[in-house]
Amino acid sequence: MEVLESGKGELFLPPRMNEDRQWMREKKSWALEPKIMSEHEAVKKFIHEGDYIGTELYGFVRCPMSLAREIVRQKIGHLQVAGQGIMEVDVLIAAGLVDKIDLTYLGYEVYGLSNVLRRAAQSGKLKINEWSNAALAWRLKAAALGVPFLPVRVMLGTDTFTYSAAKVVKCPFTGEKVMLLPATMLDAGIIHVHRADQYGNCQIDGISGFAFELARASRRLIISAEEIISTEEIRKYPERTIIPWYLVDAVVEAPFGSHPGEMPYYYWRDEEHLSWYVTASKEEETTQEYLQKWIWDVPSHEEYLELVGKETLDIMKSKVKGR
Amino acid sequence: MEYNQRELLICIASRQMEDRTSAFIGTGIPMLAASLAQKIHAPNLICVFEFGGTGARLEELPLGVGGSRSFYKALAASSICDVMEAAQRGLIMYGFVGGAQIDPYGNLNSTIIGDHDKPKVRFPGSGGANDIGSLVWRTIAIMPHDSRHFVEKVDFITTPGYLAGPGAREEAGLPPGTGPYRVVTDLALLGFDESTKRMTLLALNPGVTVEKVKENTGFELIIPSDVGQNEPPTDQELQILRKEIDPTNLYI
Repeated sequence: MEVLESGKGELFLPPRMNEDRQWMREKKSWALEPKIMSEHEAVKKFIHEGDYIGTELYGFVRCPMSLAREIVRQKIGHLQVAGQGIMEVDVLIAAGLVDKIDLTYLGYEVYGLSNVLRRAAQSGKLKINEWSNAALAWRLKAAALGVPFLPVRVMLGTDTFTYSAAKVVKCPFTGEKVMLLPATMLDAGIIHVHRADQYGNCQIDGISGFAFELARASRRLIISAEEIISTEEIRKYPERTIIPWYLVDAVVEAPFGSHPGEMPYYYWRDEEHLSWYVTASKEEETTQEYLQKWIWDVPSHEEYLELVGKETLDIMKSKVKGR
Repeated sequence: MEYNQRELLICIASRQMEDRTSAFIGTGIPMLAASLAQKIHAPNLICVFEFGGTGARLEELPLGVGGSRSFYKALAASSICDVMEAAQRGLIMYGFVGGAQIDPYGNLNSTIIGDHDKPKVRFPGSGGANDIGSLVWRTIAIMPHDSRHFVEKVDFITTPGYLAGPGAREEAGLPPGTGPYRVVTDLALLGFDESTKRMTLLALNPGVTVEKVKENTGFELIIPSDVGQNEPPTDQELQILRKEIDPTNLYI
């Protein structure tokens, strides 16, 4: 297959199909073993300095915030991230923990642009590759398939491609140009779900974003869940298991784990808190004050929730829509 | 009835979509435009949100493309791959895009101003915009109309328009028959010339002159002899918009 054009971006994490196969053979277990642990233990065990990590979902929805805050708490640095997130990636960048980012979008939707990303990018400190949303999801899909790349029809002809690490080739079957997206075979993934059992069988309500792909693209996978349910309950609805236990390394019970974001059908977003963050993030000094108050000064997720206050959390619960 | 510029934009954008089709919807004006189209002339216009929500009733406006309201009482709640693959397969007719800059060929920049590695200004990046601009049949851009936004050459092509002109999309490998369809602004409705693929003035908003549009466009616009007039929002449009779609003034 003839390579016609190459993006200028550095491929932060070249696909490693065979090494990952070996990893799966040696490190993953099909045994039904309990994996419940605290955020502290899960992050300490499975996220390392210099790792390439992926987070899911998007916006302020089903965000693995309790895990992201724990990474900030432990100050695990020199990370590379697949940047499809908003607040969870924003706090990692704000804490100075990210060196390189495969970025599609970092902004606050209705709340405006990301001041943290703007400062990091404009200072030239953060190395950024550009991608589209579909491209980042499909790169994870390629990893989940266990293949080195996926041919697609986005990013062609644009600077988004020029500043990516993709390649344009002539399709050997049709003769047309296609974009090859390199697989993102992650060191670690973090995903927040509605329910999981102690082994890591997971259920998600509503859209599943790219949880299916991210879970299967990760060497190590930490799940946080709003609720821990019995395996009998999982067995009643096996078709709902979007992430099965053998992919999962740690299960963390994290009620309100997406706060200040929302959790479909469970609780609404804390708009007041989000606007505090957006306001604080406008200046470097106040950003650090936010991190100090809401992360470094609170040793655990439980204490974070105490700081937020039961009253606020109850309001978020009462505001959510049912089915 | 009196109306503001935002309401005018929403009404004009909503009139561009046909019934029994699908539209990729972004946060803000596109949501209101699609919702208005559904309630007036396109009851079977299906809204698709890029993280997997399809066919939601939009009883309350979503705050983002992955928010829970994007799939509240929807027909399907799937995943980003599922909806992007539907677009790549040719199933999605319309898609909304926007940006900090647009050029005569409808190319859009929402990434940076200046040098990529140390930019003067950093914007959010593509998000789903490049996917929409690459894959849906017809893109509709919504832009503020001034010479800062309408430029001869964008600093960075985040989302493809007609690229360098006729045949350039196909040459780049993008699916044939796709591309920019309309640009809706606070001054006018614009389209693209069949043969040159350059932006063309289609219709003026109420009270706007051709001269004013020219002054606020940083490149030469094609001005046909038969420029139309956009009707102001009707009382029906405004009432539905204010009372049913956005009663809490989230966006209007």
